[in-house]
Amino acid sequence: MSTPHVVVVGASLGGLRAAEQLRARGFEGRVTVIGDERHLPYNRPPLSKEVLADPGDNDPARLHGRVEFRRKASTADVDFVLGVPVVGSDLARRELRLESGEVVPYDGLVVATGLRPRRLDLPGPEQGRHSIRTLDDCVGLRTELATLTGFTGLTELTGLNEASTAGRRPSVVVVGAGFIGCETAATLVKRGCDVTVVEPFGAPMERVLGADLAGAVQRHHERAGVRFVLGASPAAYTDGAAAPGRVGGLLLADGRVLPADLVVESVGSVCNTGWLAGNDLDLRDGVLADNDLRVVGAEGVVAVGDVARFPNPLFDDVPRRVEHWSIPTDTARRAATTLLAELTGSAVDPAPFAPIPSFWSDQHDLRLQSFGSPGLADEARLVEGDVDRLADGVLVTYHRLGAHVGTIAVNLPPARQRELRDDFVARVPAVAIPA
Amino acid sequence: MKIIVDLNLCQDHGQCAIAAPAVFRMTDEGKLEYEEIADEARRAEVEEAADVCPVQAILIEG
Repeated sequence: MSTPHVVVVGASLGGLRAAEQLRARGFEGRVTVIGDERHLPYNRPPLSKEVLADPGDNDPARLHGRVEFRRKASTADVDFVLGVPVVGSDLARRELRLESGEVVPYDGLVVATGLRPRRLDLPGPEQGRHSIRTLDDCVGLRTELATLTGFTGLTELTGLNEASTAGRRPSVVVVGAGFIGCETAATLVKRGCDVTVVEPFGAPMERVLGADLAGAVQRHHERAGVRFVLGASPAAYTDGAAAPGRVGGLLLADGRVLPADLVVESVGSVCNTGWLAGNDLDLRDGVLADNDLRVVGAEGVVAVGDVARFPNPLFDDVPRRVEHWSIPTDTARRAATTLLAELTGSAVDPAPFAPIPSFWSDQHDLRLQSFGSPGLADEARLVEGDVDRLADGVLVTYHRLGAHVGTIAVNLPPARQRELRDDFVARVPAVAIPA
Repeated sequence: MKIIVDLNLCQDHGQCAIAAPAVFRMTDEGKLEYEEIADEARRAEVEEAADVCPVQAILIEG
């Protein structure tokens, strides 16, 4: 096998970084990246923030241009096959099946198909239900918002009676108070919408932030105009009075109806692993991989990004998926080394793979910056600041059985990021890593 | 290599200063300062800084 062909399935951040890292390690064989979206790889975090916030131009190509990742010179000869879902695979024969029926052979495979939003299975009208993960999702939401708020950019929307909302603020219900839901709520309030967040469980982002910080962030949102309905479950969408077939409200299980000109569902994600079915892999939650990102039960296959379930010895030996923005880049680096070792006989990386998960979230005037995995903690400790004055700066550390597993800084100065990360690295027990 | 940061995009996340502290740093006022020309020996860390920038504001030329 003198010039192996590597196929990367998934053309978002993880797939792009995998292609780059193969080239960065001197791989000269063919690299093909296949993605089901029609766009070249782009950065998703702005979709719930900057891109959604801007009421201007709604042209998909121009919006894509604002968030597209730069193409590195090293990947100029990488073949991007876009708008093409991979629907099946036979990993023993090293073959993929496209929606068209075409079979694509490979020597090495990178699984980078990521997630798609989980959608609510509720009765009622379909129009006006949104999720926000892809650029096209964002364009769809922006298009409806533009119509509701009277902005006359692209108004190809059908079925919406503009008169029905004229002269009042559009009502938006966000279902799900996770990070994307809270960012979306903050952005839409800024755009002049009347926003209610419905969450069946706990306070916003509580699973990650812990109860105290989550409660404080909720109060901060409320002061900015976001309403929360917690502990309530959505039961059905109701018809709009002026436009049957369009969502007019959300009926809760307790009988209340929240008016809604549109709804954003941000209720978690589903892993895109259906195309891997039938290969005896462990697909219970993403795809199971070892610490080198080798997919367990297959040869010549590695996984990257938030679909990869792998153990991180920084915390323990339990394989987990990590939906943090830093993870596609980190896993792509290691997965490329692992795959090339298998395909070309180059060296494996002998060090344990122990990436430091990191994410940020901008909501109103707050920036939350996280290092580690606060979601693993059983205890949160306020180290600096006053949670009732979040904008002035707060530092919380997260602990599991006393061991430091995460750090979240709210509005602390950028000059301190390095110190906070170094401090986390110094304290995390990293039990399985030999000194 | 030449480094260009689009300061209209930069939101002072400070992740570049973690990845390549010899080239990027955040001032006490929270603003970015960086070397416009970096030694070739620092290419790996500068590329890492560009990759981890949340708003992808860092461009490397040459």
